[in-house]
Amino acid sequence: MSMSSPIDRAGPVAPRAERRRSRVWGKLRTRPAALFGGTLVVVFLVLAILAPVLPIPGYAETDWGAIRLPPSLAHPLGTDHNGRDLLSRMIWGAQASLFAGVVSVVIAVCVGVPLGVIAGWRGGWTDATISRITEALLAVPFLILAIAFAAFLGPSLTNAMIAIGLSATPVFIRLARGQTLAVKTEDYVESARAAGVGQLPTLWRYILPNIAPPIIVQATLTVATAIIAEASLSFLGLGQQPPAPSWGAMLNTAKNFMEQAPWMAIWPGAAIFLVVLGFNLLGDGLRDALDPRET
Amino acid sequence: MLSFIGRRVLIAIPTIFVISVFVFMLQKLLPGDPVLALAGEDRDPETLAALRELYRLDDPLVVQYAHWAGNALRGDLGISLRTNQPVTELMLAKLPVTFQLAVMALIFAVGIGIPMGILSAVRKGTWLDYIANFTALSGLSIPNFWLGILLILLVSVNLGWLPASGYRAFSVDPVRSIETMLMPAFVLGTALAATLMRHTRSAMLTVLKSDYVRTARAKGLRERVVILKHALRNALVPVVTVSALLFGELLAGAVLTEQIFSIPGFGKLVVDAVFNRDYAVVQGIVLVTSIGFICMNILADTLYIVLNPRLRYTP
Repeated sequence: MSMSSPIDRAGPVAPRAERRRSRVWGKLRTRPAALFGGTLVVVFLVLAILAPVLPIPGYAETDWGAIRLPPSLAHPLGTDHNGRDLLSRMIWGAQASLFAGVVSVVIAVCVGVPLGVIAGWRGGWTDATISRITEALLAVPFLILAIAFAAFLGPSLTNAMIAIGLSATPVFIRLARGQTLAVKTEDYVESARAAGVGQLPTLWRYILPNIAPPIIVQATLTVATAIIAEASLSFLGLGQQPPAPSWGAMLNTAKNFMEQAPWMAIWPGAAIFLVVLGFNLLGDGLRDALDPRET
Repeated sequence: MLSFIGRRVLIAIPTIFVISVFVFMLQKLLPGDPVLALAGEDRDPETLAALRELYRLDDPLVVQYAHWAGNALRGDLGISLRTNQPVTELMLAKLPVTFQLAVMALIFAVGIGIPMGILSAVRKGTWLDYIANFTALSGLSIPNFWLGILLILLVSVNLGWLPASGYRAFSVDPVRSIETMLMPAFVLGTALAATLMRHTRSAMLTVLKSDYVRTARAKGLRERVVILKHALRNALVPVVTVSALLFGELLAGAVLTEQIFSIPGFGKLVVDAVFNRDYAVVQGIVLVTSIGFICMNILADTLYIVLNPRLRYTP
């Protein structure tokens, strides 16, 4: 029979997390702006996921008889300079943009949070070294850093995601470090240590769940920044490469046909705006809902 | 005060050292032999050997870094492979253009953001507040390169009011220079205006609850005087410091804005350098912008203390 500490048996984290989830949902439901933002995000996510099964033409399918056609029943959003259906490219572009936004943030969280937690937990030289590197990276303007990474790694969507992820990492290091410093002196953490819970289990079971809320909020807001950053890199030609669609790359092409086919420039920009607005509204709503001062 | 600034500069030195190591190491991300990437199209053995010698690529990494950093400290950031000009000279030539864009964008940002923030705080909870908040959030969500494209479509293509490109230096033709910069500055200014609006609103809301504002009202002063003279003066302290910190955002925005409106500034320089594989220029720009950002941080901290007598630093 295995022995477990009193704290293990009490399992204070799970019920607390559950209570917090229901409280957060209860608060979010009363905020129309956050609900609107969440709906926008869900709509774009569903479109992106369903792209392969939707009854739309292929994103690279060209029709030389339908070049730069304005919106019509056959092509609800019109066609581009190669006669490709813009609705199809917009939906496939959603996949690229959302995928890039989410993957970049996953990279930033997976690199930044462990480093931040280690810095806050260990203190001393470990903290000083990680903090100096973080400060240095925070001093490089976000897009300039992403452009520099993308320039040296080479232009592609994968490299753009790595570039954006690495550029967003310092924010998560700093946040996770600050939160860990605040949480590690809490009674339940000290009790766990006193009860003989090892370092890694303490970090995993007591620190991580309790520093999660601000990280979730930051991640939601960073997805918005990452989507704009991916669109910016693709607009500059450093992200998604043709013929694969991405909203930023579509805008880059569209700027050459502004007089002849303005609709080519309108849809991708509107989509970026709506999805980024969605993540920003949702992030703001989550911040308010997770803020204990709001209870 | 001087000792405070001195201390902030001392703290910045290790940060600048880490940035310099990072910028130097960027070169090592290049796949394959860096000399081949640095040489670009020019692959003759003499050029390759000269580059190997120039960057001391046969030396250990630490020696390479020391050589590069030593040169950078003397203001030598290398030679542009495309134009054969020193990188520092290239950047200095582009700086006034981006500076003009940044100043005009800040004028738009302050002119829109601060009044909107004040109105939103004074009319908290009204439809005006909601509209101002939604506009600010939209300003933060709108990709500025798209806003630029839309403005060109509307103002240049349809209305023919302003030119979409054709920048002239301010010293050569001031009127044309301002005309060509109006739209880009507006585009760049809107995102900053949104940030300023949010900070002004939050600072004003805090100040409006303070005792001295209540006292001013109790004295029977007119609301306009209370808000503009008593509240705004104090609320502007954090806003001014935030403005100094917008430098990074301004530069990042300039990269895209200059690209859309074909403005030959710092941002266009970095994008052209990326496509021409002019790595020395990319490294130079990352290093200089980062040091600029650190200087703006020090300025922001100093301004905060200068403007707020209660925080005046006592060593």
